[in-house]
Amino acid sequence: MTSIATLPSAKMCSYHGTIRLFVQVLWAHLLCGWASGSELTFELPDNAKQCFYEDITVGTKCTLEFQVVTGGHYDVDCRLEDVDGTVLYKEMKKQYDSFTFTAAKNGTYKFCFSNEFSTFTHKTVYFDFQVGEDPPLFPNENRVTALTQMESACVSIHEALKSVIDYQTHFRLREGQGRSRAEDLNTRVAFWSIGEAFILLVVSISQVVLLRSFFSDRKTTMTRVGS
Amino acid sequence: CIVHTGRTLLRTTTTTIKMRSCVLSVLLLNVYYTCVSSLYFHIGETEKKCFIEEIPDETMIIGNYRTQLYDKQKEEYLPATQGLGMFVEVKDPDEKVILSRQYGSEGRFTFTSHTPGEHRICLHSNSSKFALFAGGMLRVHLDIQVGEHTNNYAEIAAKDKLTELQLRVRQLVEQVDQIQKEQNYQRYREERFRQTSESTNQRVLWWSIVQTLILVAIGFWQMKHLKSFFEAKKLV
Repeated sequence: MTSIATLPSAKMCSYHGTIRLFVQVLWAHLLCGWASGSELTFELPDNAKQCFYEDITVGTKCTLEFQVVTGGHYDVDCRLEDVDGTVLYKEMKKQYDSFTFTAAKNGTYKFCFSNEFSTFTHKTVYFDFQVGEDPPLFPNENRVTALTQMESACVSIHEALKSVIDYQTHFRLREGQGRSRAEDLNTRVAFWSIGEAFILLVVSISQVVLLRSFFSDRKTTMTRVGS
Repeated sequence: CIVHTGRTLLRTTTTTIKMRSCVLSVLLLNVYYTCVSSLYFHIGETEKKCFIEEIPDETMIIGNYRTQLYDKQKEEYLPATQGLGMFVEVKDPDEKVILSRQYGSEGRFTFTSHTPGEHRICLHSNSSKFALFAGGMLRVHLDIQVGEHTNNYAEIAAKDKLTELQLRVRQLVEQVDQIQKEQNYQRYREERFRQTSESTNQRVLWWSIVQTLILVAIGFWQMKHLKSFFEAKKLV
């Protein structure tokens, strides 16, 4: 019924519509480009150092979280430097940590993981570097416009599920640590048990042989004394 | 003046808008994929960098990378030339190669896991001309998206013609799907852990018994042997 009334303005509507859609899509992609999160698990050989760099704009809230998954005493050195090389975070031999900061300058921030203190253990390190917030699903949405109850319920469920997934990741990493220790223990028990049984046999047989050799020398002296 | 009053628009207008939005989305998606996430690292000429992704089965992974080479004259990093490519190799938890391909200086690789576990993604450069590197480093921008993050919601909305609320719910469904898969994988891992612990328990029990028996048997043998030895020597 109302379609007849909108007939003259339909063409105008379509033009505005296209522009608006273009802006929305462009904004979505720009946002995706600026706010990002990188989550990687990489191998760090012994005596090695691995650095990662990211360009951050001023005022962005960033979080660096890392955890050592396998290797040695499950510790690594971590260092976060800002644009001018000022050390924002430095910890030695840490197993797990989380560090949040707000970028004070524009430019390239650098964070490094070092395994230089270790002589022969390879380490596997997981890190999660969140820059800014995740872009919203719809680009035209901002904090000011009100969402319907359904939509705000969806948003809160989405946030809750994101934290569930985050907890799952951490749990998986811890469980991986426990599992690799258990597997290590299993092989060590087998190896050392066989080794010990072998040593036991060797030692007891050689004891008897040695004892025999003592008495075979004295035999000649004893018989000489007796006769 | 458009979105929520769909019924009042002329059919041709809505189709034009949808077509245009699809075209725009695709165009911008291409632009977007060339501007990859800005996390980068340096890689040497013969160096191989490996990343591990522990994922449940039937999970999709999309990796995007972009390389830059240091230009000594301009003293900055510029996009790499044509001759330089990256060799990407993906291995599944059973050490079987599931993806092994050479890509150009910029690339996008996708794979879906069929077995749950640790997948290794290894990258190394295949410079055809040694002079390109000249002792310098190659800068690699890398972005790896796993599971639910691989979905492009703008595309899904355009393809299935979903309203805002439907798209949100769709996103929630995808997230819950991923959680479910991870929980399944967690159950499988816990079973392995339990098997390992039980095996250790068995081994400790068995070997303790065996060692005690060996000890006792050796003790008896030693005494018996020495007794007969001394009796033969007429010392006892």
